[in-house]
Amino acid sequence: MRYAYFPGCSLHSTAKEYDLSTKAVAGTLGIELIEIPEWICCGATPAHITMHLLSLALPVKNLLLAKKMDSYEVATCCAACFNRLKVANHFMENDSVHRDKVNEIIGEQYSGEVKVRHFLDILINVFWLKNLSERIIKRLDNLKVACYYGCLLTRPGEVTQFDDVEEPHLMDDLMKILGVEPVDWPYKTECCGASFSLTKTDIVLKLSGDILQMAYDEGAQAIVVACPLCQSNLDLRQAMINKKFKKNFDMPILYFTQLVGLALGIDPLKLGLNKHIVNPLKLIKSVGVL
Amino acid sequence: MKIGVFVCHCGTNIAATVDVERVSQEAAKEPRVKFSTTYRYMCSDPGQNLIKEAVKKHHLDRIVIASCSPSLHEKTFRKCAEKAGVNPYLMEMANIREHCSWVHQDRVEATAKAIELIRLALAKVSRNKPLEYLYIPIEKKVLIIGGGIAGIQSAIDIAFANYPAVILEREPSIGGRMARFDKTFPTLDCAACILTPKMVTVSQSKHVTMHTYSEIEGVKGHVGDFTVTIRKKARSVDINKCTGCGACYNKCPVRVPSEFDMGLGKRTAIYIPFPQAVPNVPVIDRQNCLWFTKQKCGICKKICPFEAIDYDMQDEIIEEKFGAIIVASGFTQFNHAVYGEYGYGKYKDAITGLHFERMANSSGPTGGKIIRPSDGKEARDVVFIQCVGSRDEQKGLSYCSRLCCMYTAKHALLLKEHNKDAQAYVFYIDIRAAGKNYEEFVKKVQDEYGAVYLRGRVSRIFEKSGKLIVRGADTLSGAQIEIKADLVVLATGLVAQPDAPGLARMLHIPYDRNNLFTEAHPKLAPVETITSGVFLTGACQSPKDIPDTVATASAASVKALGLMVQDRLQREPLVAKVDAKTCSGCFACIQACSFTAIEEEEIEDKRLKKKRLIAKVLEGVCTGCGNCTAVCRMSAIDLEGFSNRQIMEEIEAL
Repeated sequence: MRYAYFPGCSLHSTAKEYDLSTKAVAGTLGIELIEIPEWICCGATPAHITMHLLSLALPVKNLLLAKKMDSYEVATCCAACFNRLKVANHFMENDSVHRDKVNEIIGEQYSGEVKVRHFLDILINVFWLKNLSERIIKRLDNLKVACYYGCLLTRPGEVTQFDDVEEPHLMDDLMKILGVEPVDWPYKTECCGASFSLTKTDIVLKLSGDILQMAYDEGAQAIVVACPLCQSNLDLRQAMINKKFKKNFDMPILYFTQLVGLALGIDPLKLGLNKHIVNPLKLIKSVGVL
Repeated sequence: MKIGVFVCHCGTNIAATVDVERVSQEAAKEPRVKFSTTYRYMCSDPGQNLIKEAVKKHHLDRIVIASCSPSLHEKTFRKCAEKAGVNPYLMEMANIREHCSWVHQDRVEATAKAIELIRLALAKVSRNKPLEYLYIPIEKKVLIIGGGIAGIQSAIDIAFANYPAVILEREPSIGGRMARFDKTFPTLDCAACILTPKMVTVSQSKHVTMHTYSEIEGVKGHVGDFTVTIRKKARSVDINKCTGCGACYNKCPVRVPSEFDMGLGKRTAIYIPFPQAVPNVPVIDRQNCLWFTKQKCGICKKICPFEAIDYDMQDEIIEEKFGAIIVASGFTQFNHAVYGEYGYGKYKDAITGLHFERMANSSGPTGGKIIRPSDGKEARDVVFIQCVGSRDEQKGLSYCSRLCCMYTAKHALLLKEHNKDAQAYVFYIDIRAAGKNYEEFVKKVQDEYGAVYLRGRVSRIFEKSGKLIVRGADTLSGAQIEIKADLVVLATGLVAQPDAPGLARMLHIPYDRNNLFTEAHPKLAPVETITSGVFLTGACQSPKDIPDTVATASAASVKALGLMVQDRLQREPLVAKVDAKTCSGCFACIQACSFTAIEEEEIEDKRLKKKRLIAKVLEGVCTGCGNCTAVCRMSAIDLEGFSNRQIMEEIEAL
């Protein structure tokens, strides 16, 4: 199992622990992730609100780099990167007008032939849940989490073709294999406020605050995410949310890869569990994993 | 052979683009043409008189009319020819309007084309043979498929004219969907109060036979002579012995969710679906009856004073003949479980309109209380969501279900009448209240009953602390709305019955991509189908409310009665004919015929001095489509009025 790994900017900076834990899990399971050499930004939110063609050309540039590697299929962890790469593929495959324009800009020919997979999808649908369950060393019983998918992972359904658009369940399925109990909650795909974190922080405080509250009300001890932006909004802004809305949330925001890593018996420090703002180690100790 | 050519101006429709005078002059030069003229409107009375006089004066024996499409005036000119003393099938039309003047601009070229078209018609008419109308006998009995309000009304109308009608209903009782409704908009009469008298009329009529708990298995034949196979499912109760005393179901120990009450109430294993059921004879649900599942109990048989219970009863297959069929097979509800944003159907307190009807009904499962099915508590804040399934090309139907706006308004009113403290919130896209007193009704619900109408769609429903949280947009104020509801009522759209395509294929009637049956013409033949003798009424054709359903039921009845009153049926002689001498009996034609109008027939071949099989066309069934003539390798089958000879003559004239 070999993939062209596209970490994206977040995993090299604010979401270092996502990168660490993904590589640690992949390494343990024998999934080879080879970072795409010279990869560039996927364009994320800024590109598609400024220039449509740019928002397609940037991911296509990366997909072309991946095409030149012998692995050919791209693995990514960031929900925004995943979304942008998938959207670009969708256009390049189905829309000849945009295909021609983008190919002209880049000076190469591409028509959506490089497959893109989210690492969650790889674990569940390529490595297989059953195979994963056989590799588990420490079951994470006694832990109740809310799986939070955010807005980019599943939408739009016809582009991402990933899980149920309205009620995704892949992460919940994964948690169950680890022994973790996922709560049934309605905010799986709500918006956290995303990139408004810097420009209109109030919006993020409100939206992310609602998500924390709902997870708390439904009995979750932690929120599990698959997107670095969701993670940072819920984790980094939690203190501000507490201050503004007079709450006492102490809700660790974990990447699914970190929990998989723990279950595989990987050292918490190698999973970056010391890099969070809301310290998850207390909770992890309390459920008897450490 | 003396042919007359009559060129129509059609006002300026033809004359503005085609030089009709020149066309007439050119036509006159054609061989065998004895007379040629033009007129402003050939279809008008003076126009037709002109034809008749010309026939008389010039002793014409064939006619070519150059005018509009034959789909419009072929009948007119056939009659005209007949009155003039010419066989109606020795008249041909050249379509110089739809096929020429309307689609061209260049006058010179259009004129040349019109002349060509007339030359083709002349070639064809020269090979026409005089044909005589066909007459077929008619079975004086009407089959009505479906015993809802549509079927009931049809039966009443046909019985009133003293013709026999047979209702075929798959449920144990007639009554259909309407029997489940509480009140009806916009006048709020109680549905049962206006429906049950009609049900009784049907059951008391000496002209109406009811086959309830029965399914249609097959249809053969054609207008005037349909043979229908009916499966009378084993009711396990002898309909002739049972008096409807109710002793059996009062003592039955089994309790299962009642289909009639949408699962909100319970019924026994031997049951009548509702108190006013017609016939008032119970049926045993063998899936749940202890006798059939565990060979235990048998109480109903022991207790029945009339020995009407028969555990050994078998399905009975019968065959009956009918002259006409009325299809009144109705609709079902859209399944809202496809909506993830509404919880994929998992919330108990998100119900459909039909559930609400049962709850609002005082003889229903809740005794007329509007409750939350999850905990039985009375519902106070109720959110109604319109267009669930309807007008949603992504997940549902492209069409508008037409009555949801009205029944939702009615529900909002009933809610308030049943519980003064309740509050209705209605999410809508548009309010479509186009019916007599409909708009006024909706206004009344808003003004007098305080229903809050919010224009927008609901994006999400979820459960929290025992309430359903409904999130949506009010697009008029631009606000995001969140309502903590006790109950959510989904106005699910109307869809075709799941087995509608099967029924359509049995009856040889077309259906659209939504599986709704297709009428012969959406405006001018709205209750007819292209299969003669088969008529449509009610929601099997398109979503209809009660007034529209009853109107189409009477319309379909009149169409069926129109056949019943005939001594024999006149049919166009444009049917396929088999030449017994050349038919080799390969029966490729039988494969090609989509109307099962061709059969095998044994003949005595005098030349070969032995019996052999050849194809035989059932003239009453043949629609003259011509499929068989195209596949016949021997050219032994030919279509009257469009014979190979006629077509070849046309091609040669090109």
